[in-house]
Amino acid sequence: MKLVFEKSVAGRRGLTIAKSDVPTSINLDASLLRQTDAELPELSELDVVRHFTELSEKNFGVDTNFYPLGSCTMKYNPKVCERIAAYPGFAHLHPLLPQLRGGGMLTQGALEVIYDMDMVLREICGMSAFTMQPMAGAHGELTGIMMMAAYHQDRGNHKTTVLVPDSAHGTNPASASIAGYGIKAVPSDENGLMCIDALKEMLNDEVAGIMLTCPNTLGLFNPHVREICDLVHSVDGLAYYDGANLNAIVGRVRPGDLGFDIVHLNLHKTFATPHGGGGPGSGPVGVVDKLVDYLPVSTVVKRSDGTFALDYDKPKTIGYIAPFYGNFGVFLRAYVYILMAGKEGLERISENAVLNANYIKEKLKPYYDIEHGQLCKHECVFSATRQVENGVHALDVAKGLIDAGYHPPTMYFPLIVKEALMIEPTECESKETLDGFINAMIEIAKKAETEPETLKAAPISAPVGRLDETKAARELNIASLA
Amino acid sequence: MLIDADARYLESHEWVKKADGNTFTVGLSAYAIEQLGDIVYMELPEAGAEFAKGDAFGVIESVKSAADMYMPIGGKIVDVNTAVPDGPDMLKADAYNAGWLIKIEATDASQFETLMDEAAYRTFIETEA
Repeated sequence: MKLVFEKSVAGRRGLTIAKSDVPTSINLDASLLRQTDAELPELSELDVVRHFTELSEKNFGVDTNFYPLGSCTMKYNPKVCERIAAYPGFAHLHPLLPQLRGGGMLTQGALEVIYDMDMVLREICGMSAFTMQPMAGAHGELTGIMMMAAYHQDRGNHKTTVLVPDSAHGTNPASASIAGYGIKAVPSDENGLMCIDALKEMLNDEVAGIMLTCPNTLGLFNPHVREICDLVHSVDGLAYYDGANLNAIVGRVRPGDLGFDIVHLNLHKTFATPHGGGGPGSGPVGVVDKLVDYLPVSTVVKRSDGTFALDYDKPKTIGYIAPFYGNFGVFLRAYVYILMAGKEGLERISENAVLNANYIKEKLKPYYDIEHGQLCKHECVFSATRQVENGVHALDVAKGLIDAGYHPPTMYFPLIVKEALMIEPTECESKETLDGFINAMIEIAKKAETEPETLKAAPISAPVGRLDETKAARELNIASLA
Repeated sequence: MLIDADARYLESHEWVKKADGNTFTVGLSAYAIEQLGDIVYMELPEAGAEFAKGDAFGVIESVKSAADMYMPIGGKIVDVNTAVPDGPDMLKADAYNAGWLIKIEATDASQFETLMDEAAYRTFIETEA
């Protein structure tokens, strides 16, 4: 479609503004005034409405199509959560109000949400306290690692290294590195799980902690996870739970019971807040007893008279990590979602997420290679190695899926799987939707054998075909008008 | 050509060839280039920098992943092929000649002999795949 600028017709306008009968007096220096007219598009109101409506129709999301993007847990966002977050009593609150004299009494409802959310997350994760402040998962990681560092500093520990598995999300080593730690990667064993012997060899007094997703990025639950946490504790290290894959075990297992000391959650994954284009996110962090003193300020406390207030009295806090109290509107949605689901609902969420992933895995096994084909959790990782023999790569399978009306799975991640296709259906999808996707994947596998060139040409039905994936990275000024 | 018979290899897919005297030429194997896909960014060291064997001397980033590149032999960087970061597609065309990345003056030339030869590297990538 044309750009709105290309649709411009000289002299066309959406409305005519009445001539001002107030004398104008602009006292700006001439050098500050525009010499030529701004090149804005000239269009009628209807032109503009049609343009943006057409653009909106090109949106692809969970509300329009199946979106099995592995590791991202693209679940449906129930509309009732949106509706409650939009209540004027929440949406129109000024974020500074609780900090003003007497303002706390005007925001008791919002403070109670923060307090209660802390309580329900404690229960779900087996932690002693949560902070709602981190603005997204990666921010939560940094917050967690800074608390880890504060703990070691407080105890006089000399720690230099954070361990991560070789299948880790890239943000784990990045967060630990920004917090000042060196990183060592623990290799996986032949079952796709962290190699315990390698971990034992790498453990020493300099290890500050380990960061794990559980289940891991292959969708596999490590039955030795308690042993891993115990081993790390034996050198006074801390076990960090990356909550990216919590959807696989929520309601069934609590990270705290597995031995983890710090947990961050990606509310947009497990608790169905919107995955915006980069945000706003929310990444609450929970800790066990020995780390509670280091939580960021402020926290919400419940006074003896039942009212709620902000507490800044935390001498050992790592300090401020975010303005206000985090992305309130986002964790409010998650709070509604959790209360709606309840304990039974959360159990069914993980149950169905796991069932759906295993259903896809078993149905597609005859058509795609899978290195770790055992029972998986919320996601399964196939490899397009069989298709590569006909010149069809994971990328081409993904592009073929676009033509079939599905969002492609995550590709080429985790890095330890060649030609990886990482599929996460979530619990939200019906059997009919899953079957439709499975059939599309089987069709593509057949095409890879009989007419691979059609996959190389895909997508042909999308607004754009194959993009130049390197141009924007190589020409950094590509969007510059100058 | 996926593997150059004149070169020795690291498991991280760097190749190294004898240039003259104590000088060695280093690049990335054609197999690695193929696996990486389109390359978007490359960072190479300045001439004069010194690294030990196994140190990261540069960074390569493709549409699929980012990775460090490691020194097959310790020593001083005496020359850098600055044309490659400007036009990384040349690696696809000729990974073993025009696509060389750095030249090293080795502190211990015997390290060369400890690296994988053509046959060993071939077996390595076959078992890896």
